[in-house]
Amino acid sequence: MVAKRSSSDGKAPSRRRKARQPLSDGPDWTFDLLEQYESEIDRIATDFKLDIYPNQIEIITAEQMMDAYASVGMPINYTHWSYGKKFIQTEQSYRRGQMGLAYEIVINSDPCISYLMEENTITMQALVMAHACYGHNSFFKGNYLFQTWTDASSIIDYLVFAKNYVTQCEEKYGVSEVESIMDSCHALMNYGVDRYKRPQKISIQEERERQKEREQYLQSQVNDLWRTLPKTKASDKKSRKRFPPEPQENILYFIEKNAPLLEPWQRELVRIVRKVSQYFYPQKQTQVMNEGWACFWHYHILNRLYDEGRVTDKFIMEFLHSHTNVVAQPNYNSPYYSGINPYALGFNMFMDIKRICTNPTKEDKYWHPDIAGSDWLETVHFAMRNFKDESFISQFLSPKLIRDFRFFAIEDDMKESYLKIASIHNEEGYQDVREKLSAQYNLSNLEPNIQVYDVDVRGNRALTLRYVPQNDIPLADSANEVMKHLHRLWGFNVTLEQVDEDNEVKLIAACPNVIESSKNTTVTI
Amino acid sequence: MAHFIDRRLNSKGKSTVNRQRFIRRYKQQIKKAVSDSISKRSVTDVDTGEQVSIPTRDISEPVFHTGKGGKRNVIHPGNDQFSKGDKIKRPDGGGQGKGAGEGDASDSGEGQDDFVFQISKDEYLDLLFEDLELPNLQENQLDKLVQYKTYRAGYKSDGVPSTLDIVRSLKGSVARRVALTAGKRRKLAELEEELEKLKNDTHEHPIEIAAIEAQIEALKARIAAVPFIDTFDLKFRNFEKRPVPTSKAVMFCLMDVSGSMDQATKDVAKRFYILLYLFLTRTYKNVEVIYIRHHTQAKEVDEHEFFYSQETGGTIVSSALKMMQEIVADRFPSDEWNIYAAQASDGDNWADDSPNCSRILHSQLLPIVRYFAYIEITERQHQSLWREYNKLTQIHSNFAIKHIRSIEDIYPVFRELFDKNVSTQQGAA
Repeated sequence: MVAKRSSSDGKAPSRRRKARQPLSDGPDWTFDLLEQYESEIDRIATDFKLDIYPNQIEIITAEQMMDAYASVGMPINYTHWSYGKKFIQTEQSYRRGQMGLAYEIVINSDPCISYLMEENTITMQALVMAHACYGHNSFFKGNYLFQTWTDASSIIDYLVFAKNYVTQCEEKYGVSEVESIMDSCHALMNYGVDRYKRPQKISIQEERERQKEREQYLQSQVNDLWRTLPKTKASDKKSRKRFPPEPQENILYFIEKNAPLLEPWQRELVRIVRKVSQYFYPQKQTQVMNEGWACFWHYHILNRLYDEGRVTDKFIMEFLHSHTNVVAQPNYNSPYYSGINPYALGFNMFMDIKRICTNPTKEDKYWHPDIAGSDWLETVHFAMRNFKDESFISQFLSPKLIRDFRFFAIEDDMKESYLKIASIHNEEGYQDVREKLSAQYNLSNLEPNIQVYDVDVRGNRALTLRYVPQNDIPLADSANEVMKHLHRLWGFNVTLEQVDEDNEVKLIAACPNVIESSKNTTVTI
Repeated sequence: MAHFIDRRLNSKGKSTVNRQRFIRRYKQQIKKAVSDSISKRSVTDVDTGEQVSIPTRDISEPVFHTGKGGKRNVIHPGNDQFSKGDKIKRPDGGGQGKGAGEGDASDSGEGQDDFVFQISKDEYLDLLFEDLELPNLQENQLDKLVQYKTYRAGYKSDGVPSTLDIVRSLKGSVARRVALTAGKRRKLAELEEELEKLKNDTHEHPIEIAAIEAQIEALKARIAAVPFIDTFDLKFRNFEKRPVPTSKAVMFCLMDVSGSMDQATKDVAKRFYILLYLFLTRTYKNVEVIYIRHHTQAKEVDEHEFFYSQETGGTIVSSALKMMQEIVADRFPSDEWNIYAAQASDGDNWADDSPNCSRILHSQLLPIVRYFAYIEITERQHQSLWREYNKLTQIHSNFAIKHIRSIEDIYPVFRELFDKNVSTQQGAA
């Protein structure tokens, strides 16, 4: 589609040209030129009804970009060795030329901060501004997951608070103490979110005011829970109620509130990691949509600029070259293949929605009766606001796109000695491919389902987690290491059980490691 | 609408703290790599950073993730040959099908490769010289290392004519004259005014006029008697000497190049010198290096000749010591320069010469050098030189001798020589 467009432009570029003088196509950029481009892009974005946070655009060097990479894209973050490791890795692979750096990084904050690399040509800067400062920015502001889970206006403040708090703790209790708690929290970082509850938004004022109060209150709660430990006989155990009464998926929250031995400041550190991980929770679930949306808009905005004669042929050719690279999808047997390119899938899906709206076929009317022939701008905005990757794909992936991508589903069962093709891009396969592709972006399929199941409140305070496998997929060996971290936080024995399909429960990991000893049945402590 | 900010000039070391944290955490592993490296790598690039590798499993950050097995459904693009129900052989290399959970790969699939990265020269040297301290620096810094520099420091009222400040002196003179004559001048003015009045009066006042004129004369004489310049007015520029610790150091490398020293032994010695040099450059801004090689005669040479030219003949160690003493006297006065010396030898010496060496060191060199290290690189028994030197170590705390057998010994021996404890003991003594 992209290639076709550029060749037809090549035939009659002069006819499109309006009287207005096009903007300079560089290749070098200046701040004046950036501002001119930005205001042009802004004008068109307003036409397309993109609602954005105010932009704060920062020009940085490659080295600063690597800094930004290391602190998970945040302009400020607490200090931790793992970020140093990340930085060293990035720097190594960048120096050896194994990897290029991103053209930009954009932060979900209000004002929306975008980093542009100084090495970019003016074309790339324009592309990146349209992509990040208008595409991603409007996605952050509009999408329901971001609205629910993040508070753009307070994230920077919160990170400042977190950084200072961690530094204070390091001064008070020593770097190693803090580091070990942070390590343990990072190991459980993916288990710091209540998926089905509305989270509280983080706000700096409240954090500061309540933090002291919370410390004392939390500690008193914990003390209360463990205060009296009446002697009970073993027979009572069977009849006792489980604690927690319902399994808890938010392990970090459970630890923050209930771990018996943590100091108040340690609970606060758990909370910080939990809150930061919550901030990234929507990003994990909207990668395809977010990138697709941003590509869709940089494509439209820059093409509109060209149609108006505001940019030169040279500019648009360079842009199309980059754009085509970004949204390319190598086939499964290509040496460049590394899974489905979220840029390609997202961009093509939004383009396809536009196509279904403006130019529906009979098939589209059958598969997408609700949007076929409707106003495309309204529809893409609706899609952007109300979906995440999983639901977006199951709602909008059209048969035509499945055919274009020639998607096929492979069923890989360890019990069999072969792989099976479950469905391909044909009439009977569309539904199945769409379902399976959608499931591929379902976070609960990506992350093992592990929940806090029980605490032996009246006994040895042992904490039991349960893993419920999907499709018999086992946990990787790293679970043993993670259990050590969990043990550090909990302070008493921790065990991890697996519940199989036939409701059979087996112990798969524990810390201190009792699996060995229970097998021998000689040592039992 | 948008707000542009140029951040390029901001400091770029935002991750430095995190990087330091990382190095701190893996210090043990990194240190081991560093001390291994000193015996491995070529002597010429000892001034650069160092590649350090840590086993990946040591630095992994574990998280819960799924392992191999079970039943998975994966969607791939670009179907070119498959129909529903086709069965394909499982691809080799890994039980799971191609791309089985691409997201998992980064967590689990890194294999056991080492995590290799570069530490900077400074980080390398910090690790290399941790726990080491310059010998004797502390106690000598106060007395001997000091040089004086002259600064202007206000004015004083006596001094030699060459420091006389003319402008300042004349200002004093003007002020003094104004102060001493002000009253008289006022009186004079009043008298002159009165005289004028009397003269213009219609009546004659010859007597009063004469009296006033006499007074005026007397006043004028007294004003004229105030001297134009007085010793009191003279101001001289004042100078003050302030102590400035010198940052100059000279390092003498003495080496036996007689036939008995082979290239391998020289290489060992070279490494020792390089360590010493790096060590000194961390404390002193400029370190000069003087190479003296000797067989029966000593000669000052350049670096290349020092290490690589082949000589034969007997050995008279005292020739090198004498030469060093001459060079010090000639070019490096010991009140300006921090003098260090390292002597490397295989222990051979003409037997009668050893007491000579001991005497020169004891009476002439050791009192003026900060530190003198003697390393003997040999696998044989010690000979007369070692025994003589050994006696000296009892007397002089800034003299140390060590025995090196192979390249691996250098670093430990170096550490031992410049160990913090030793020098604090010396400092206390």
